[in-house]
Amino acid sequence: MIRMTLRQFRTEGVISFGLLAVLAVVFVVTGPHLAHVNDAFQSACKAAGDCATASNPVLEVDPLLQSALPFIVTVAPALIGLFFGAPLIARELETGTFRLAWTQSITRRRWLAMKLGLVGLAAMAVGGLLTWMVDWWASPLDAVNKNRFDPSNFGFHGVAPIGYAGFAFVLGATAGVLLRRTIPAMGATLVGFVAARLAVEYWVRPHLAPPLHESLSLLSTGFGIVGLSASTSTSSLYPPSVIIPNAWELSTAVVDKSGHALTGQYFFHACSAYRQFPPPSPAAMQAAHAACITKLAGVFRTVATYQPGSRFWPFQWAEMGIFLAVAMALCGLTYWWLRRQYG
Amino acid sequence: MIEFHLDARSGVAPYQQVVQQVRHALRLGLLEVGDQLPTVKEVVTSLAINPNTVLKAYKELEHLGLVAARPGIGIFVTKTLSDDSLAAHGPLRQSLQRWLSQARRAGLDEESIEALFRDVIRSSFSEGERDRRLEGERPRQALRT
Amino acid sequence: MTAVLKANGLGKRYGRKWALSECTLAIPAGKVVGLVGPNGAGKTTLLHLSVGLLPPSTGSISVLGARPGTTSRQLARVGFVAQETPTYAGMSISDHLRLGSWMNPSWDAKLAEDRLARLGLDSHQKAGEISGGQRAQLALTLAVAKRPELLVLDEPIASLDPLARREFLQGLMEVVVEHGASVILSSHLVADLERVCDYLVVLVDSRVQVAGSIEELLATHYRLTGPRRDANALPSDQQVIGESHTDRLSTLVVRTDKPVLDPSWSVEQLDLEDLVLAYMSRALEQDRRPKLEVRP
Repeated sequence: MIRMTLRQFRTEGVISFGLLAVLAVVFVVTGPHLAHVNDAFQSACKAAGDCATASNPVLEVDPLLQSALPFIVTVAPALIGLFFGAPLIARELETGTFRLAWTQSITRRRWLAMKLGLVGLAAMAVGGLLTWMVDWWASPLDAVNKNRFDPSNFGFHGVAPIGYAGFAFVLGATAGVLLRRTIPAMGATLVGFVAARLAVEYWVRPHLAPPLHESLSLLSTGFGIVGLSASTSTSSLYPPSVIIPNAWELSTAVVDKSGHALTGQYFFHACSAYRQFPPPSPAAMQAAHAACITKLAGVFRTVATYQPGSRFWPFQWAEMGIFLAVAMALCGLTYWWLRRQYG
Repeated sequence: MIEFHLDARSGVAPYQQVVQQVRHALRLGLLEVGDQLPTVKEVVTSLAINPNTVLKAYKELEHLGLVAARPGIGIFVTKTLSDDSLAAHGPLRQSLQRWLSQARRAGLDEESIEALFRDVIRSSFSEGERDRRLEGERPRQALRT
Repeated sequence: MTAVLKANGLGKRYGRKWALSECTLAIPAGKVVGLVGPNGAGKTTLLHLSVGLLPPSTGSISVLGARPGTTSRQLARVGFVAQETPTYAGMSISDHLRLGSWMNPSWDAKLAEDRLARLGLDSHQKAGEISGGQRAQLALTLAVAKRPELLVLDEPIASLDPLARREFLQGLMEVVVEHGASVILSSHLVADLERVCDYLVVLVDSRVQVAGSIEELLATHYRLTGPRRDANALPSDQQVIGESHTDRLSTLVVRTDKPVLDPSWSVEQLDLEDLVLAYMSRALEQDRRPKLEVRP
């Protein structure tokens, strides 16, 4: 049965590992250069003392790869679900070959376990290898940007993509069994996978552990951006951005001791200089700005809500665990449905 | 070696057809004592018929004393049906051929000849049938037409 | 005598429609069984139930003494060829044989190769490139080479030309003779089955109409022709299967164990096709008549 499964997925397997090999070559060729550029900059800026302000040229190296690779790793699990998962059982149901496969001497349970297990392992291996290669290649960039915990970057680092790949694969197989046709199963898999990824990213991941709060003085952060609409006399406040290296910033707010946010009304009441029209001279504006901040800083503070960088790996393992757990549940569903429909 | 054929539309059971064809061959001297009949497998494979059919036919022939099985070797003819009458076959064949040329010269085609021949046989045999019934035998089922 | 298939009140329902209902059978081993009925009668449903491709909705079925498809051992004893003989179009013939050997512990590789060689099939050709008749032979080889005790074939010759049909049946009969397998094959054409089958099951409108050995069925069914009379006037041991009347003549198809002694009848044997037709007509008649009984 093992050989049978491998034989059936020969084409997909060859293509996937072939593509991986091609990418590996690309990485091996360009990766060391990236690291080298970064190392050179680091030693130069340390000598010059301007590491905080100078711009690191590594961010400009291989711009095509820098934008393409995250995209590839993000898309890879979906592709695995579509091309490994959806046809796994749907193709047999579509062509009628399941009537041949299920009347050999293998029980339904063993047949399903072999198919899901073997190809699932291959899917996760592809996902894991790809992520590991990209992680290795992009490590200089991560060291510079310090933003790998951000939602836009989290999904192509570490071990979470292994969970994504496993889940997408089983989702595809389940859709194939329920819909019995490969193309509709592919569509359903795509929709389901994107929905699951978004749902976990916005509703589950932020709450995996209670976030931390950092309270900062307005004198260091500023009060953010104030927008005033002359025609409607409404105002909007955009909180200042706070940079915590390697952390995942969930939100920032300007609040007083009881937690009330700074409102536009309060701001214009406290800092009347901003309501003057025509606006005062730049010099006067600067003075008014400093006075305003000092005044507000007595009442308000900037509170940043975030997950610290030290939680990056626990969150990775948790995310992988969540997706794999759902995958296992889907395996059970597929088996139950198959037995119910086909005995 | 005799070759069998099966007429699916004759209304005669397949096993009976096999029995009849063996008896037919025996009568015509095509099969002689000591000849081997085809194995069940050979008949089944060439005719695509159920093996039980062949087994039943061979058993019937055995029951009639015409064949005997030699275990491990095959089924062999033990009695011939052609004994006395075979000698008459030659002249009868010739007179039949003369009759056929007569019929053809009279303008009958193959179908008409066959129809005439069958009709005469049937009426001649059913006369014999009526005689047997008058002698108290159990009536046979009506012939299929 | 061991039964190769036993069904008790077996039924299969899709939504509110019953594809098979109240099916009770006890098919003895060592037979070549013909399953006959019009399209949509439930033949494929019954066959799929017997090889474990469908779960029953009610009732029970056991094949070779076990529930179909439940254990590896039971699966190994039954060979199945589905309608349209599905094969993996992109895989070669020898790939299919390898598949068979990987998935069946009782696989006889030599038997499979010999059979294909005799059929003249090129083992490098892909299954999608060969003709329908060749695919049917390949499917039969796959089913036969695991040396099953029972072969189940769903309309294996329906889409074959007459020559391919004959060759398929020849191959099948050879398997029966050589390996002593029981066979259940379905068809909606009776003529195909007459020469190879010795047991008959007639399925019409999801129900078994009659089942029995062909020899016994042909010996107990007669066509009676005679002066016009009421079918109910017949003795009780003569079961009327079908009847038709003109103003002067009655023609009845009856089933009885005893000889017909009434001299006013002209008695004829039926052939298999007439017998099946009689039961099929009866089934349709029963459907058309309004149902008077109240179902509890």
